Amino acid sequence: MQQVNGVNTVPVERHRSGKRIPLGTLFMYVCLTLWALTTIYPMFWIINNSFKLSTDVMNDSFSIALSPVLTNYETAFDRINIGKAYANSLIMSGATVLLVLVCGGLAAYVLSRFKFRGRNALSSLLVATLLIPAFATVVPVYELLIEWGLVNKYWGLILPHTAGNLTFAILVMTAYMATIPKELEEAAFIDGCNRFNMFTRIFMPIARPVFASASIFVFLWSYNDLFSALIFVNKENVRPIVALLNEISSQYGTDFGLMASAVSLTVVPVLIVYLFIQKYIEKGMTEGAVKG
Amino acid sequence: MKGDKKYIVAFLAPALLLISTFVYYPFLKSLYLSFYRTSGFFDKKFVGLDNYKRMFTDDLLGAATLHTLEIMLYTIVFQVGIALVLAVMVDNISKGKQFFRTVFFFPIVISGAAISLLFVLIYNYQFGMLNNAIAGLGLEKVLWLSETGSLKAVAVPTVWHYVGFYFILFLTAMSKIPADFYEAAKLEGISGIKKTTMLTIPLILSDIKVVLILAITGTLKVFDFVWILSRGQNGTEVLGTYMYKKALVDQNFGYGSTIAIYIVVFGLILSIITNRLLKREEITY
Repeated sequence: MQQVNGVNTVPVERHRSGKRIPLGTLFMYVCLTLWALTTIYPMFWIINNSFKLSTDVMNDSFSIALSPVLTNYETAFDRINIGKAYANSLIMSGATVLLVLVCGGLAAYVLSRFKFRGRNALSSLLVATLLIPAFATVVPVYELLIEWGLVNKYWGLILPHTAGNLTFAILVMTAYMATIPKELEEAAFIDGCNRFNMFTRIFMPIARPVFASASIFVFLWSYNDLFSALIFVNKENVRPIVALLNEISSQYGTDFGLMASAVSLTVVPVLIVYLFIQKYIEKGMTEGAVKG
Repeated sequence: MKGDKKYIVAFLAPALLLISTFVYYPFLKSLYLSFYRTSGFFDKKFVGLDNYKRMFTDDLLGAATLHTLEIMLYTIVFQVGIALVLAVMVDNISKGKQFFRTVFFFPIVISGAAISLLFVLIYNYQFGMLNNAIAGLGLEKVLWLSETGSLKAVAVPTVWHYVGFYFILFLTAMSKIPADFYEAAKLEGISGIKKTTMLTIPLILSDIKVVLILAITGTLKVFDFVWILSRGQNGTEVLGTYMYKKALVDQNFGYGSTIAIYIVVFGLILSIITNRLLKREEITY
């Protein structure tokens, strides 16, 4: 909040004219600040309310929680076990990222470096795969998971999520690796490096930036995906945080304080990470645009 | 290199195996199931095009399609529109650019489920944020998730969530416009709104096209907001929630798959139309 005020008080002067702030510029700052308020204020509102008792939230949701109470957070951890949901989310999304990086990285290395029959066909097939939404695969995947006894197991979400993100990751990584100069490999080859070592010692370190942005995209996508989570892993002991939020909205829809604390607990850690690595997140998410 | 074949196979195998098992095979299986009438998992009967015939007479599916199109309209007009206006503004100011970038983008990293829950609290009739504010002004409370207004109420968080995303895409595109274009415009005495409409927007037209296609195909995947805010009731059923209900709540896999195929085809047609409508020469600097 202070930052918003900060922007308003910044003396905005045009260098070239040296005149007072033109009306147009002032108008732009007003508009931008208003939109900024639509993103900041709801977050402030919900975090603020998470520190109040439900009755106080209902009576006056705008007042500042001057004497914060932790009741809602205690309920969130004790009664609905939000900590467990957190752990589930981290385990499943983390494993998805790892698998995507390993499988996708190897495939991208091959596609960017080896010439073989059917390579172009394979690339086109991968692009076409991006057009298949989760809706069009969910039923047979569900059948498979039932058959293999993976429903309500961690792998029941990890495998479909990995497969769903691999195509995009392979395409992005291939594009990046294609720009790595060939001379490096030739030198390594002369030094007696085999293909696998070449991948782990040369490609992985050089391609770090693309691994980073792919990880971010895949992690956020997997962490935030409600649809698959509802179907594949919706039991209490494996449920990720998004599915828990859905559960809270239907089971505890009247406990305002609890809802506020659950949202805060989901949002705040992500926001803190975001503030630190914003550049990478922006990059990762916009590169992932093709996938959407 | 010698022995490369071994590596090609070994390196591609894990990825292709996963994608085949969890994307290609299920997709083809969905296509296959769409010709069957199913009850539960094991009982299915070939019915030819019956599911597709049913689809065309299914009023609920028609309604879901219309609702999706309505949200799509809001997305195109407001989401892309607001993003473009904000990007033009941020591109034109000198102080605080980074601050606005940070603040506008952050809803993207928050899950739709969390934002939905936030809006449950905002829209609540008795104690929600909006009605609290309205009551504070001495006005009558509004039923936000009513039978007539629900779809718009659901569209608001949908639009709001991704404005920042398109904003960044536009801003990145604008930053690539060479500075001498603007200098030439300045010499010609072109500035302000004229500069935006005659120079900036035409120059980023190809990016606008990409964003429109993303926005349109993205709308077909709307699920979280509708599901948590209204469960598809009160005239908010969209294609995603309808498919979910048919296929997984009713466990009607055959017809559910037919709807899924319909969503894919619908998305393809919409992207082709958009592509055609916006066909223009690509601009390279």
